[in-house]
Amino acid sequence: MEYETIIGLEVHAQLLTDSKIFCGCSTSFGESPNHLTCPVCLGMPGVLPVLNKKVVELTIKTALATDCNIAPYSQFARKNYFYPDLPKGYQISQYELPLARNGYLEIEMEKEKRHKKIGITRIHMEEDAGKLLHELDGKPADYSYVDFNRTGVPLMEIVSEPDINTPEEAGEYLRVLRAILQYLEVCDGNMEQGSFRCDANISLRPKGMKGLGTKVELKNMNSFRHVMRALEYEIQRQAVVLDSGEKIRQETRLWNADQGITESMRSKEEAHDYRYFPDPDLVPLVVDDAWVDQIRQSLPELPTARQERFVKEYQIPDYDAHILTAVRQLADYFEACVRLGAQPKAVSNWVMGDILRRVPDTRLIGAFSVTPAHLAEMLGMIDAGTISGKIAKAVFEDMVTSGRMPAAIVADKGLVQVSDEGALEKAVKEVLDAHAEKAEEYRQGKEKLFGFFVGLVMKATQGKANPQMVTELLRKKLAG
Amino acid sequence: MKITRNDVEHVARLARLRFSEDQLEVFTSQLNDILAYFDKLQKLDTTSVEPSSHAVNLTNVFREDVVTASIPEEESLKNAPASERGCFRVPKVIEG
Repeated sequence: MEYETIIGLEVHAQLLTDSKIFCGCSTSFGESPNHLTCPVCLGMPGVLPVLNKKVVELTIKTALATDCNIAPYSQFARKNYFYPDLPKGYQISQYELPLARNGYLEIEMEKEKRHKKIGITRIHMEEDAGKLLHELDGKPADYSYVDFNRTGVPLMEIVSEPDINTPEEAGEYLRVLRAILQYLEVCDGNMEQGSFRCDANISLRPKGMKGLGTKVELKNMNSFRHVMRALEYEIQRQAVVLDSGEKIRQETRLWNADQGITESMRSKEEAHDYRYFPDPDLVPLVVDDAWVDQIRQSLPELPTARQERFVKEYQIPDYDAHILTAVRQLADYFEACVRLGAQPKAVSNWVMGDILRRVPDTRLIGAFSVTPAHLAEMLGMIDAGTISGKIAKAVFEDMVTSGRMPAAIVADKGLVQVSDEGALEKAVKEVLDAHAEKAEEYRQGKEKLFGFFVGLVMKATQGKANPQMVTELLRKKLAG
Repeated sequence: MKITRNDVEHVARLARLRFSEDQLEVFTSQLNDILAYFDKLQKLDTTSVEPSSHAVNLTNVFREDVVTASIPEEESLKNAPASERGCFRVPKVIEG
Protein backbone atom coordinates (compact mmCIF):
# COMPACT_ATOMS: atom_id res chain seq x y z
CA MET A 1 0.00 0.00 0.00
CA GLU A 2 1.07 3.57 -0.44
CA TYR A 3 1.50 5.57 2.73
CA GLU A 4 1.86 9.16 3.75
CA THR A 5 4.41 10.04 6.41
CA ILE A 6 3.64 12.47 9.21
CA ILE A 7 6.55 13.81 11.23
CA GLY A 8 6.72 16.22 14.13
CA LEU A 9 10.02 17.30 15.71
CA GLU A 10 10.91 18.29 19.26
CA VAL A 11 14.10 20.27 19.61
CA HIS A 12 15.86 20.95 22.88
CA ALA A 13 18.20 23.89 22.53
CA GLN A 14 20.60 24.96 25.25
CA LEU A 15 20.32 28.69 25.81
CA LEU A 16 23.54 30.71 25.74
CA THR A 17 23.62 31.99 29.28
CA ASP A 18 26.57 32.19 31.64
CA SER A 19 24.65 30.85 34.62
CA LYS A 20 21.99 28.18 35.12
CA ILE A 21 18.26 28.82 34.85
CA PHE A 22 17.44 28.91 38.58
CA CYS A 23 20.79 29.40 40.33
CA GLY A 24 24.14 31.09 39.79
CA CYS A 25 26.19 27.99 38.92
CA SER A 26 28.14 28.26 35.69
CA THR A 27 26.90 26.52 32.53
CA SER A 28 30.37 25.87 31.13
CA PHE A 29 30.94 22.59 29.34
CA GLY A 30 33.56 19.97 30.16
CA GLU A 31 34.19 20.74 33.85
CA SER A 32 35.03 17.79 36.09
CA PRO A 33 31.95 16.06 37.55
CA ASN A 34 29.87 17.85 40.18
CA HIS A 35 32.03 20.99 40.25
CA LEU A 36 29.18 23.18 39.04
CA THR A 37 26.51 22.46 41.61
CA CYS A 38 24.91 24.19 44.58
CA PRO A 39 22.05 23.47 47.00
CA VAL A 40 19.50 24.84 44.48
CA CYS A 41 20.42 22.69 41.48
CA LEU A 42 21.08 19.70 43.74
CA GLY A 43 17.50 20.01 44.97
CA MET A 44 18.31 20.37 48.67
CA PRO A 45 15.31 20.90 50.94
CA GLY A 46 14.39 24.49 51.69
CA VAL A 47 16.09 26.18 48.75
CA LEU A 48 14.34 28.56 46.41
CA PRO A 49 14.92 28.67 42.64
CA VAL A 50 14.99 32.16 41.09
CA LEU A 51 14.48 32.58 37.35
CA ASN A 52 17.38 33.86 35.21
CA LYS A 53 16.01 36.86 33.31
CA LYS A 54 18.18 36.21 30.28
CA VAL A 55 16.54 32.80 29.78
CA VAL A 56 13.21 34.56 29.31
CA GLU A 57 14.70 37.14 26.95
CA LEU A 58 16.40 34.57 24.75
CA THR A 59 13.18 32.57 24.53
CA ILE A 60 11.17 35.68 23.61
CA LYS A 61 13.76 36.43 20.92
CA THR A 62 13.26 32.95 19.45
CA ALA A 63 9.49 33.28 19.69
CA LEU A 64 9.61 36.57 17.76
CA ALA A 65 11.89 35.13 15.08
CA THR A 66 9.49 32.23 14.54
CA ASP A 67 6.36 34.36 14.56
CA CYS A 68 4.93 32.90 17.74
CA ASN A 69 2.34 34.48 20.01
CA ILE A 70 3.99 35.40 23.28
CA ALA A 71 1.88 34.64 26.31
CA PRO A 72 1.29 37.68 28.52
CA TYR A 73 1.02 35.26 31.44
CA SER A 74 2.93 32.02 31.75
CA GLN A 75 3.94 29.69 34.49
CA PHE A 76 6.41 27.00 35.48
CA ALA A 77 5.28 23.47 36.33
CA ARG A 78 6.80 20.46 37.96
CA LYS A 79 7.12 17.37 35.82
CA ASN A 80 7.40 14.54 38.30
CA TYR A 81 9.33 11.40 37.55
CA PHE A 82 11.94 9.33 39.21
CA TYR A 83 15.31 8.91 37.59
CA PRO A 84 18.80 9.22 39.07
CA ASP A 85 19.77 12.13 36.78
CA LEU A 86 17.03 14.24 38.35
CA PRO A 87 17.98 15.25 41.91
CA LYS A 88 14.64 16.78 42.95
CA GLY A 89 12.42 13.98 41.64
CA TYR A 90 10.88 16.52 39.28
CA GLN A 91 11.99 18.69 36.41
CA ILE A 92 10.95 22.33 36.36
CA SER A 93 9.35 22.94 32.98
CA GLN A 94 6.32 24.67 31.53
CA TYR A 95 3.15 22.77 30.78
CA GLU A 96 -0.29 24.33 30.44
CA LEU A 97 0.96 27.89 30.10
CA PRO A 98 4.12 27.96 27.95
CA LEU A 99 5.79 31.24 27.05
CA ALA A 100 5.08 30.99 23.30
CA ARG A 101 2.69 29.26 20.91
CA ASN A 102 1.54 29.10 17.30
CA GLY A 103 4.51 30.14 15.24
CA TYR A 104 6.05 28.82 12.07
CA LEU A 105 9.17 28.81 10.03
CA GLU A 106 9.61 28.47 6.34
CA ILE A 107 11.78 25.84 4.72
CA GLU A 108 13.05 25.83 1.17
CA MET A 109 13.29 22.50 -0.66
CA GLU A 110 16.18 23.17 -3.02
CA LYS A 111 15.56 20.37 -5.52
CA GLU A 112 11.84 20.79 -5.86
CA LYS A 113 12.11 24.58 -5.79
CA ARG A 114 9.29 25.02 -3.33
CA HIS A 115 8.74 26.70 0.00
CA LYS A 116 6.79 25.20 2.84
CA LYS A 117 5.64 26.53 6.18
CA ILE A 118 6.20 24.29 9.17
CA GLY A 119 4.08 25.20 12.17
CA ILE A 120 5.55 25.58 15.64
CA THR A 121 3.14 24.40 18.31
CA ARG A 122 4.92 25.84 21.31
CA ILE A 123 8.18 27.01 22.79
CA HIS A 124 8.80 26.65 26.49
CA MET A 125 11.64 26.95 29.00
CA GLU A 126 12.89 24.17 31.24
CA GLU A 127 15.93 22.91 33.11
CA ASP A 128 18.26 20.20 31.86
CA ALA A 129 18.85 17.03 33.89
CA GLY A 130 22.20 15.59 34.95
CA LYS A 131 24.42 13.22 33.06
CA LEU A 132 24.58 9.49 33.72
CA LEU A 133 27.78 7.58 33.09
CA HIS A 134 27.65 3.83 32.68
CA GLU A 135 31.34 3.22 32.13
CA LEU A 136 34.51 3.61 34.12
CA ASP A 137 37.83 3.86 32.27
CA GLY A 138 36.04 2.95 29.06
CA LYS A 139 34.68 -0.33 30.47
CA PRO A 140 31.09 -1.09 31.46
CA ALA A 141 30.78 -0.62 35.21
CA ASP A 142 28.69 -2.37 37.85
CA TYR A 143 27.11 0.92 38.88
CA SER A 144 25.91 4.07 37.20
CA TYR A 145 27.51 7.40 38.03
CA VAL A 146 25.81 10.77 38.16
CA ASP A 147 27.31 14.15 37.28
CA PHE A 148 24.97 17.04 38.11
CA ASN A 149 26.94 19.79 36.30
CA ARG A 150 24.29 19.98 33.58
CA THR A 151 21.40 19.96 36.03
CA GLY A 152 19.66 23.29 35.78
CA VAL A 153 21.29 24.34 32.52
CA PRO A 154 18.60 26.32 30.67
CA LEU A 155 16.87 24.65 27.75
CA MET A 156 14.26 25.82 25.32
CA GLU A 157 11.97 23.14 23.94
CA ILE A 158 10.63 23.89 20.47
CA VAL A 159 7.81 21.61 19.35
CA SER A 160 6.80 21.54 15.70
CA GLU A 161 3.38 20.76 14.29
CA PRO A 162 3.15 17.41 12.45
CA ASP A 163 3.61 19.32 9.18
CA ILE A 164 6.72 17.47 8.02
CA ASN A 165 6.25 14.73 5.42
CA THR A 166 9.73 13.54 4.44
CA PRO A 167 13.12 13.00 6.07
CA GLU A 168 14.50 15.70 3.76
CA GLU A 169 11.96 18.21 5.06
CA ALA A 170 12.90 17.23 8.61
CA GLY A 171 16.57 17.85 7.83
CA GLU A 172 15.78 21.21 6.25
CA TYR A 173 13.57 22.25 9.18
CA LEU A 174 16.43 21.51 11.58
CA ARG A 175 18.94 23.41 9.44
CA VAL A 176 16.69 26.45 9.21
CA LEU A 177 15.84 26.38 12.91
CA ARG A 178 19.47 26.00 13.93
CA ALA A 179 20.54 28.84 11.65
CA ILE A 180 17.91 31.09 13.23
CA LEU A 181 19.03 30.19 16.75
CA GLN A 182 22.65 30.82 15.80
CA TYR A 183 21.84 34.15 14.16
CA LEU A 184 19.95 35.18 17.28
CA GLU A 185 22.90 34.06 19.44
CA VAL A 186 20.43 32.14 21.50
CA CYS A 187 22.06 28.69 21.12
CA ASP A 188 25.36 27.54 19.66
CA GLY A 189 23.63 24.68 17.81
CA ASN A 190 26.27 22.10 18.60
CA MET A 191 24.65 18.67 18.19
CA GLU A 192 27.71 16.65 19.20
CA GLN A 193 28.00 18.43 22.54
CA GLY A 194 24.26 18.10 22.99
CA SER A 195 23.39 21.79 22.96
CA PHE A 196 20.94 21.16 20.09
CA ARG A 197 19.06 17.87 20.38
CA CYS A 198 16.21 16.47 18.37
CA ASP A 199 13.55 13.83 19.02
CA ALA A 200 11.05 12.88 16.33
CA ASN A 201 7.48 11.64 16.30
CA ILE A 202 6.59 9.70 13.20
CA SER A 203 3.51 7.87 11.95
CA LEU A 204 2.23 6.53 8.65
CA ARG A 205 -1.28 6.55 7.22
CA PRO A 206 -2.69 5.18 3.99
CA LYS A 207 -2.40 7.82 1.31
CA GLY A 208 -5.41 10.10 1.11
CA MET A 209 -6.76 9.09 4.48
CA LYS A 210 -7.67 11.60 7.17
CA GLY A 211 -6.65 11.20 10.79
CA LEU A 212 -3.31 10.07 12.16
CA GLY A 213 -1.79 6.63 12.54
CA THR A 214 -0.14 5.43 15.74
CA LYS A 215 3.02 7.39 16.33
CA VAL A 216 6.43 6.25 17.42
CA GLU A 217 8.90 8.49 19.21
CA LEU A 218 12.52 8.35 18.02
CA LYS A 219 15.43 9.35 20.21
CA ASN A 220 19.20 9.20 20.33
CA MET A 221 20.01 10.92 17.04
CA ASN A 222 22.98 13.24 17.41
CA SER A 223 23.33 14.70 13.95
CA PHE A 224 21.04 15.90 11.16
CA ARG A 225 22.16 12.96 9.07
CA HIS A 226 21.18 10.53 11.81
CA VAL A 227 17.78 12.15 12.20
CA MET A 228 17.15 11.69 8.48
CA ARG A 229 18.48 8.13 8.41
CA ALA A 230 16.43 7.14 11.46
CA LEU A 231 13.28 8.56 9.85
CA GLU A 232 14.01 6.75 6.58
CA TYR A 233 14.47 3.49 8.43
CA GLU A 234 11.31 4.01 10.45
CA ILE A 235 9.21 4.72 7.34
CA GLN A 236 10.31 1.39 5.88
CA ARG A 237 9.79 -0.48 9.12
CA GLN A 238 6.30 0.88 9.74
CA ALA A 239 5.25 0.23 6.14
CA VAL A 240 6.29 -3.41 6.45
CA VAL A 241 4.35 -3.79 9.72
CA LEU A 242 1.24 -2.15 8.26
CA ASP A 243 1.45 -4.10 4.99
CA SER A 244 1.43 -7.34 6.95
CA GLY A 245 -1.84 -6.25 8.55
CA GLU A 246 -0.36 -5.69 11.99
CA LYS A 247 -0.61 -2.65 14.18
CA ILE A 248 2.11 -0.16 15.09
CA ARG A 249 2.90 -0.16 18.79
CA GLN A 250 3.04 3.26 20.39
CA GLU A 251 6.52 3.34 21.89
CA THR A 252 9.86 5.06 22.11
CA ARG A 253 12.58 3.69 19.86
CA LEU A 254 16.28 4.46 19.97
CA TRP A 255 18.37 5.04 16.86
CA ASN A 256 21.29 2.64 16.71
CA ALA A 257 23.74 4.47 14.46
CA ASP A 258 26.18 1.57 14.19
CA GLN A 259 23.60 -0.82 12.84
CA GLY A 260 21.47 1.79 11.10
CA ILE A 261 18.25 0.63 12.77
CA THR A 262 15.79 1.79 15.42
CA GLU A 263 15.26 -0.41 18.48
CA SER A 264 12.44 -0.57 20.96
CA MET A 265 13.49 1.06 24.23
CA ARG A 266 11.69 -1.57 26.34
CA SER A 267 11.98 0.77 29.27
CA LYS A 268 11.14 -0.48 32.72
CA GLU A 269 10.04 3.04 33.53
CA GLU A 270 6.40 3.40 34.55
CA ALA A 271 3.91 4.43 31.94
CA HIS A 272 4.36 8.20 31.69
CA ASP A 273 2.44 9.73 34.52
CA TYR A 274 4.14 13.02 35.22
CA ARG A 275 1.53 14.53 37.57
CA TYR A 276 2.28 18.06 36.38
CA PHE A 277 1.33 20.90 38.68
CA PRO A 278 2.27 24.58 38.94
CA ASP A 279 5.56 25.02 40.77
CA PRO A 280 4.75 26.91 43.97
CA ASP A 281 8.41 28.01 44.26
CA LEU A 282 8.28 30.07 41.09
CA VAL A 283 5.94 33.00 40.71
CA PRO A 284 4.06 33.53 37.42
CA LEU A 285 5.82 35.25 34.55
CA VAL A 286 4.16 38.32 33.08
CA VAL A 287 5.49 39.64 29.77
CA ASP A 288 4.14 43.00 28.64
CA ASP A 289 4.25 44.59 25.17
CA ALA A 290 6.94 47.05 26.19
CA TRP A 291 9.32 44.23 27.06
CA VAL A 292 8.53 42.35 23.86
CA ASP A 293 9.03 45.49 21.76
CA GLN A 294 12.33 46.21 23.41
CA ILE A 295 13.54 42.71 22.52
CA ARG A 296 12.12 43.04 19.01
CA GLN A 297 14.41 46.05 18.49
CA SER A 298 17.42 43.86 19.22
CA LEU A 299 16.64 41.20 16.62
CA PRO A 300 19.33 40.83 13.96
CA GLU A 301 18.63 40.28 10.27
CA LEU A 302 17.57 36.64 9.97
CA PRO A 303 18.92 34.06 7.48
CA THR A 304 16.02 34.17 5.00
CA ALA A 305 15.95 37.96 4.88
CA ARG A 306 19.70 38.08 4.51
CA GLN A 307 19.61 35.51 1.70
CA GLU A 308 17.07 37.59 -0.20
CA ARG A 309 19.08 40.74 0.34
CA PHE A 310 22.30 39.06 -0.89
CA VAL A 311 20.59 38.07 -4.15
CA LYS A 312 19.21 41.55 -4.67
CA GLU A 313 22.06 43.68 -3.42
CA TYR A 314 25.02 41.65 -4.66
CA GLN A 315 23.46 39.99 -7.71
CA ILE A 316 24.64 36.53 -6.73
CA PRO A 317 22.66 33.37 -7.51
CA ASP A 318 20.07 32.19 -4.98
CA TYR A 319 22.09 29.02 -4.51
CA ASP A 320 25.18 30.98 -3.44
CA ALA A 321 23.17 33.21 -1.13
CA HIS A 322 21.58 30.15 0.48
CA ILE A 323 24.94 28.61 1.32
CA LEU A 324 26.58 31.88 2.36
CA THR A 325 23.81 32.84 4.78
CA ALA A 326 23.39 29.43 6.41
CA VAL A 327 25.92 30.39 9.07
CA ARG A 328 26.01 33.95 10.32
CA GLN A 329 29.79 34.13 10.58
CA LEU A 330 30.19 32.97 7.00
CA ALA A 331 27.75 35.60 5.78
CA ASP A 332 29.63 38.22 7.80
CA TYR A 333 32.89 37.11 6.19
CA PHE A 334 31.41 37.37 2.71
CA GLU A 335 30.00 40.83 3.35
CA ALA A 336 33.25 42.07 4.86
CA CYS A 337 35.09 41.07 1.64
CA VAL A 338 32.52 42.76 -0.54
CA ARG A 339 32.64 45.93 1.55
CA LEU A 340 36.39 46.02 0.92
CA GLY A 341 35.61 46.36 -2.75
CA ALA A 342 35.82 42.78 -4.02
CA GLN A 343 33.45 41.52 -6.73
CA PRO A 344 30.59 39.67 -4.95
CA LYS A 345 30.46 36.70 -7.33
CA ALA A 346 34.25 36.29 -7.20
CA VAL A 347 34.14 36.34 -3.39
CA SER A 348 31.29 33.85 -3.40
CA ASN A 349 33.22 31.46 -5.67
CA TRP A 350 36.28 31.56 -3.45
CA VAL A 351 34.29 31.23 -0.24
CA MET A 352 32.23 28.30 -1.50
CA GLY A 353 35.27 26.60 -3.03
CA ASP A 354 38.69 26.93 -1.46
CA ILE A 355 37.58 28.50 1.80
CA LEU A 356 34.85 25.99 2.67
CA ARG A 357 37.37 23.26 1.94
CA ARG A 358 39.79 24.78 4.42
CA VAL A 359 37.29 25.74 7.15
CA PRO A 360 35.17 22.73 8.07
CA ASP A 361 33.36 24.58 10.88
CA THR A 362 32.42 27.91 9.32
CA ARG A 363 31.33 29.34 12.66
CA LEU A 364 35.07 29.59 13.36
CA ILE A 365 35.89 31.46 10.17
CA GLY A 366 36.69 34.55 12.22
CA ALA A 367 39.87 32.76 13.32
CA PHE A 368 40.89 31.72 9.78
CA SER A 369 44.33 32.96 8.71
CA VAL A 370 42.92 34.30 5.44
CA THR A 371 40.87 37.27 6.61
CA PRO A 372 38.44 39.25 4.42
CA ALA A 373 41.27 41.78 3.97
CA HIS A 374 43.55 39.05 2.58
CA LEU A 375 40.94 37.73 0.18
CA ALA A 376 39.80 41.15 -1.01
CA GLU A 377 43.38 42.23 -1.71
CA MET A 378 44.07 39.04 -3.65
CA LEU A 379 40.91 39.37 -5.72
CA GLY A 380 41.92 42.96 -6.46
CA MET A 381 45.25 41.72 -7.79
CA ILE A 382 43.48 39.27 -10.09
CA ASP A 383 41.19 42.03 -11.37
CA ALA A 384 44.13 44.32 -12.00
CA GLY A 385 45.87 41.56 -13.97
CA THR A 386 48.77 41.49 -11.53
CA ILE A 387 48.31 37.77 -10.94
CA SER A 388 46.43 35.07 -12.82
CA GLY A 389 43.71 32.89 -11.32
CA LYS A 390 46.19 30.06 -11.32
CA ILE A 391 48.80 31.98 -9.38
CA ALA A 392 46.08 33.09 -7.02
CA LYS A 393 45.63 29.46 -5.98
CA ALA A 394 49.31 29.32 -4.95
CA VAL A 395 49.02 32.67 -3.18
CA PHE A 396 45.96 31.40 -1.34
CA GLU A 397 47.77 28.30 -0.10
CA ASP A 398 50.59 30.50 1.14
CA MET A 399 48.15 32.78 2.96
CA VAL A 400 46.52 29.80 4.65
CA THR A 401 49.79 28.64 6.16
CA SER A 402 51.68 31.91 6.61
CA GLY A 403 48.90 34.45 7.13
CA ARG A 404 50.93 36.95 5.07
CA MET A 405 49.19 39.52 2.87
CA PRO A 406 48.96 38.55 -0.82
CA ALA A 407 50.96 41.52 -2.11
CA ALA A 408 53.84 40.54 0.13
CA ILE A 409 53.68 36.93 -1.02
CA VAL A 410 53.59 37.89 -4.71
CA ALA A 411 56.52 40.31 -4.34
CA ASP A 412 58.51 37.87 -2.26
CA LYS A 413 58.05 34.90 -4.56
CA GLY A 414 58.19 36.87 -7.80
CA LEU A 415 54.74 35.67 -8.81
CA VAL A 416 53.71 38.78 -10.68
CA GLN A 417 51.95 37.89 -13.86
CA VAL A 418 53.92 38.41 -17.07
CA SER A 419 51.93 40.75 -19.29
CA ASP A 420 54.92 42.07 -21.20
CA GLU A 421 53.96 41.47 -24.83
CA GLY A 422 57.55 41.18 -26.05
CA ALA A 423 58.42 38.52 -23.50
CA LEU A 424 55.26 36.55 -24.18
CA GLU A 425 55.69 36.76 -27.94
CA LYS A 426 59.13 35.31 -27.54
CA ALA A 427 57.83 32.41 -25.44
CA VAL A 428 55.05 31.71 -27.93
CA LYS A 429 57.45 31.76 -30.84
CA GLU A 430 59.82 29.36 -29.08
CA VAL A 431 57.03 26.91 -28.36
CA LEU A 432 55.72 26.99 -31.92
CA ASP A 433 59.21 26.64 -33.37
CA ALA A 434 59.88 23.62 -31.20
CA HIS A 435 56.61 22.01 -32.26
CA ALA A 436 56.36 23.02 -35.87
CA GLU A 437 54.70 19.74 -36.89
CA LYS A 438 51.93 20.08 -34.33
CA ALA A 439 51.44 23.69 -35.38
CA GLU A 440 50.93 22.50 -38.92
CA GLU A 441 48.42 19.87 -37.76
CA TYR A 442 46.53 22.61 -35.97
CA ARG A 443 46.41 24.70 -39.10
CA GLN A 444 45.04 21.65 -40.96
CA GLY A 445 42.09 21.68 -38.56
CA LYS A 446 43.13 19.75 -35.47
CA GLU A 447 41.85 22.53 -33.24
CA LYS A 448 41.96 20.73 -29.98
CA LEU A 449 45.74 21.12 -30.04
CA PHE A 450 45.23 24.72 -28.95
CA GLY A 451 45.16 23.82 -25.27
CA PHE A 452 48.41 21.91 -25.74
CA PHE A 453 50.17 25.08 -26.89
CA VAL A 454 48.69 27.18 -24.09
CA GLY A 455 49.94 24.62 -21.60
CA LEU A 456 53.46 24.72 -23.02
CA VAL A 457 53.64 28.50 -22.92
CA MET A 458 52.39 28.55 -19.35
CA LYS A 459 54.98 25.95 -18.45
CA ALA A 460 57.75 27.93 -20.10
CA THR A 461 56.77 30.96 -18.01
CA GLN A 462 56.34 29.01 -14.73
CA GLY A 463 52.62 29.73 -14.85
CA LYS A 464 53.14 33.46 -14.70
CA ALA A 465 52.02 34.35 -18.22
CA ASN A 466 48.83 36.34 -18.56
CA PRO A 467 46.48 33.67 -19.96
CA GLN A 468 44.36 36.04 -22.03
CA MET A 469 47.43 37.45 -23.74
CA VAL A 470 48.85 34.00 -24.37
CA THR A 471 45.59 32.95 -26.02
CA GLU A 472 45.50 36.02 -28.20
CA LEU A 473 49.14 35.74 -29.27
CA LEU A 474 48.78 32.05 -30.05
CA ARG A 475 45.72 32.62 -32.20
CA LYS A 476 47.50 35.33 -34.11
CA LYS A 477 50.64 33.30 -34.69
CA LEU A 478 48.85 30.10 -35.58
CA ALA A 479 46.60 31.90 -38.01
CA GLY A 480 49.53 33.61 -39.68
CA MET B 1 -13.70 11.80 44.23
CA LYS B 2 -12.40 9.02 46.39
CA ILE B 3 -8.84 7.80 46.71
CA THR B 4 -8.47 4.06 46.64
CA ARG B 5 -5.75 1.91 48.01
CA ASN B 6 -4.67 1.31 44.41
CA ASP B 7 -4.13 5.03 43.91
CA VAL B 8 -1.88 5.16 46.94
CA GLU B 9 0.10 2.15 45.79
CA HIS B 10 0.48 3.68 42.31
CA VAL B 11 1.72 7.04 43.57
CA ALA B 12 4.02 5.32 46.04
CA ARG B 13 5.54 3.30 43.22
CA LEU B 14 6.06 6.42 41.10
CA ALA B 15 7.89 8.01 44.04
CA ARG B 16 9.83 4.81 44.76
CA LEU B 17 8.36 4.53 48.24
CA ARG B 18 7.55 1.23 49.89
CA PHE B 19 4.78 1.09 52.47
CA SER B 20 3.58 -1.60 54.86
CA GLU B 21 -0.01 -2.82 54.77
CA ASP B 22 -0.84 -0.71 57.80
CA GLN B 23 0.68 2.39 56.27
CA LEU B 24 -1.30 1.89 53.08
CA GLU B 25 -4.48 1.82 55.13
CA VAL B 26 -3.56 4.90 57.11
CA PHE B 27 -2.49 6.96 54.08
CA THR B 28 -5.55 6.03 52.07
CA SER B 29 -7.79 7.18 54.86
CA GLN B 30 -5.74 10.35 55.54
CA LEU B 31 -5.71 11.35 51.90
CA ASN B 32 -9.46 10.89 51.75
CA ASP B 33 -9.85 13.12 54.80
CA ILE B 34 -7.86 15.81 53.02
CA LEU B 35 -10.01 15.51 49.92
CA ALA B 36 -13.12 15.70 52.06
CA TYR B 37 -11.87 19.04 53.30
CA PHE B 38 -11.55 20.21 49.70
CA ASP B 39 -15.16 19.16 49.15
CA LYS B 40 -16.02 21.65 51.83
CA LEU B 41 -13.98 24.36 50.08
CA GLN B 42 -15.74 23.57 46.81
CA LYS B 43 -18.99 24.73 48.36
CA LEU B 44 -17.66 28.30 48.61
CA ASP B 45 -18.79 30.70 45.96
CA THR B 46 -15.59 31.72 44.13
CA THR B 47 -17.12 33.12 40.95
CA SER B 48 -15.55 36.54 41.53
CA VAL B 49 -12.12 35.19 42.52
CA GLU B 50 -9.30 34.76 39.98
CA PRO B 51 -7.86 31.23 40.01
CA SER B 52 -4.37 31.21 41.44
CA SER B 53 -1.61 28.69 41.91
CA HIS B 54 0.31 30.79 44.41
CA ALA B 55 -0.25 32.03 47.88
CA VAL B 56 1.56 35.31 47.29
CA ASN B 57 0.47 37.88 44.75
CA LEU B 58 3.85 38.30 43.08
CA THR B 59 5.04 38.04 39.48
CA ASN B 60 8.39 38.34 37.70
CA VAL B 61 10.96 37.60 40.33
CA PHE B 62 14.25 37.41 38.44
CA ARG B 63 17.96 37.14 38.94
CA GLU B 64 20.46 38.55 36.47
CA ASP B 65 22.58 36.14 34.44
CA VAL B 66 25.60 36.30 36.72
CA VAL B 67 27.73 33.34 37.77
CA THR B 68 28.15 32.85 41.48
CA ALA B 69 30.39 30.36 43.22
CA SER B 70 29.34 26.72 43.26
CA ILE B 71 29.96 24.62 46.32
CA PRO B 72 33.00 22.32 46.53
CA GLU B 73 32.53 18.87 45.11
CA GLU B 74 33.01 17.24 48.56
CA GLU B 75 30.09 19.30 49.84
CA SER B 76 27.92 18.22 46.92
CA LEU B 77 28.68 14.60 47.56
CA LYS B 78 28.33 14.77 51.34
CA ASN B 79 24.76 13.45 51.38
CA ALA B 80 25.36 10.80 48.75
CA PRO B 81 24.83 7.25 50.06
CA ALA B 82 27.76 6.29 47.83
CA SER B 83 30.17 8.22 45.67
CA GLU B 84 33.17 7.44 43.53
CA ARG B 85 35.57 9.62 41.55
CA GLY B 86 33.58 12.76 42.12
CA CYS B 87 30.30 11.20 41.01
CA PHE B 88 27.18 10.09 42.83
CA ARG B 89 27.13 6.31 42.60
CA VAL B 90 23.74 4.73 41.99
CA PRO B 91 22.44 1.26 41.12
CA LYS B 92 23.06 0.49 37.48
CA VAL B 93 20.53 2.08 35.14
CA ILE B 94 20.84 1.49 31.44
CA GLU B 95 18.63 3.05 28.85
CA GLY B 96 17.52 0.78 26.10
